[in-house]
Amino acid sequence: MQVDEAPLEKAFDATIGAGDRIEPRDWMPEKYRQTLIRQVAQHAHSEIIGMQPEGNWITRAPSLRRKAVLLAKVQDEAGHGLYLYSATETLGVSRDELTRRLIEGKQKYSSIFNYPTLTYADVGSIGWLVDGAAICNQVPLCRTSYGPYGRAMIRICKEESFHQRQGYELLMTMMRGTDEQRAMVQESVNRFWWPALMMFGPPDGDSPNTAQSMEWGIKRHTNDELRQRFVDMSVPQAEALGVTFPDPELQWNEERGSYDFGEPDWDEFWQVVKGNGPCNTQRIAHRKAAYDDGAWVREAALAFAAKARADEND
Amino acid sequence: MNDIHIQQDAEDAHDNAYAGLLSNDAHWAFGTDFEDPLAGVDTTIPDGLDAAELAQYCLMLGDDALVYAHRLSEWTSRAPDLEEDIAIANLALDLVGQARLLLARAAAADSSIVPVLPEGSPVPDEDRLAFFREAGDFRNVRLAETPNGDFAELVTRLLVLSTWRLAIFERLVGHPDAVVSAIAAKGVKELAYHRDFAGRWFVTLAGGTSESRRRLTDAMRAVWPLIPELGEGTDTERTVGVDPAAVALEVGVVLDQVLAVGGMTAPDVPGLARVRGRAGRQGMHSEALSRMLAEMQVVARAHPRGRW
Ligand SMILES: [Fe+2]
Ligand SMILES: [Fe+2]
Repeated sequence: MQVDEAPLEKAFDATIGAGDRIEPRDWMPEKYRQTLIRQVAQHAHSEIIGMQPEGNWITRAPSLRRKAVLLAKVQDEAGHGLYLYSATETLGVSRDELTRRLIEGKQKYSSIFNYPTLTYADVGSIGWLVDGAAICNQVPLCRTSYGPYGRAMIRICKEESFHQRQGYELLMTMMRGTDEQRAMVQESVNRFWWPALMMFGPPDGDSPNTAQSMEWGIKRHTNDELRQRFVDMSVPQAEALGVTFPDPELQWNEERGSYDFGEPDWDEFWQVVKGNGPCNTQRIAHRKAAYDDGAWVREAALAFAAKARADEND
Repeated sequence: MNDIHIQQDAEDAHDNAYAGLLSNDAHWAFGTDFEDPLAGVDTTIPDGLDAAELAQYCLMLGDDALVYAHRLSEWTSRAPDLEEDIAIANLALDLVGQARLLLARAAAADSSIVPVLPEGSPVPDEDRLAFFREAGDFRNVRLAETPNGDFAELVTRLLVLSTWRLAIFERLVGHPDAVVSAIAAKGVKELAYHRDFAGRWFVTLAGGTSESRRRLTDAMRAVWPLIPELGEGTDTERTVGVDPAAVALEVGVVLDQVLAVGGMTAPDVPGLARVRGRAGRQGMHSEALSRMLAEMQVVARAHPRGRW
């Protein structure tokens, strides 16, 4: 039976137009569903892969307080992944299926996590700059058109703001420490500044999906708008911290009321996106090992639950 | 569960947008507001308690928590599924929290045990003890330091350690030292959850698949030789704490119950030998501990004057 989708599409467009939310049981265009699955899955994968670079320093945290804060932060990211995979489940794709797509390289995650963490200051830089950039990207998503995604984002954004502040606070504390610690902070900020700017995606001219996503209310600002907002926000924070950003072109523009800044290395960006970043292979191998090593446990839990159900039915 | 001890020292109150940053922020995913378990607790050592012995005792319990928390934290991003990853991080967080309080108590009771750092070093006592002691000065039982195996090993070891620690903490709630008593009261709730988590997974793996049962059997063979050491108390434990021998029976009963529900039998294996009578409590460890500490301590030791 051929359903006439025209009235459904009209209702959908009206909902979006009014700024209301689409809920799982509402009709939605197949392309909207697919775009959402891609975006939310990519976000969920980013949370989970994002546990690795910082998790790399949990066992070496230099104080017990920092160890606890870092453990809790990385744990939060697992929780974020969990909420987001739940949101994709409402679109008809299981966590298991998405994890396989990730491991098989069919879905992506944020490229920032393909950079290595080389010193403890990186925990601070990631909190400040990476979680900070993520917040700029994600706060508008709290108003995204798909209900379950928007609600997950509200929860996530609250926690991300804490992540950002704990990172900044770590760097601030280190800056009050020794010369070696101050040098460590500056070196780390130098490494993470450009990758953080790349987190907003390619320049608007090279971002083919942006227009459609904005029309659907899945995306609410262009990459370049968000990048500018992030730079404007970060410069005074860097000054308060006592570090500089490695960009000679960074300069206040009175006319625009914004900072001018240099161009990230987009060639490097595309290399990392296409799988050739410093840690792409390592991150996926790590995730695959955890998934494969845990298979027998997940099977055992399923078998045990099935037996328990069978006993109940006896 | 993960009460993060977040403090803000007075000098921290720099006047920028981030002032007041970490003062009791409730934005943790799975956390709660921090309640200082020692708030209002009298920290003077009661008459009749030997302060040096009390410090040694707190080191023993603190090191068990610190060292096993390290092993648990190694599971982060490696657990069988996200729910377990989150749960294991909670276990580690609880134990790091217990370790901090116990090491701080040890240092306060006997400052002579705290490693000396360069003049003016801002490193707090709990971190001096955690990061600047040699392996031979650690007082944890060897079971806490054994390198991680598979998930069945995690479940089995956690079951044994949490059952045993819970039995001791339940008795320590009535300890004459108000600090130890308060730490125990908080820890009892945490350890009850740890034991429950381990017990449920133990039964699940026992009744799951032939593969999970085989792995659980192997895990028990690996963990069981380290159980007798848990019950062999030291004079310190007997005089200022809880004699582990006194809880051995109770621990055995709980373990037998869990094994019975899972239809598992305890392996018939001898306890791991001591070295001229010494084991973990006397600073005689396995090779694994110094390797663990090399990793745990590397950043802190590189910056003895560092501020974190
Ligand atoms: Fe997150
Ligand atoms: Fe985060």
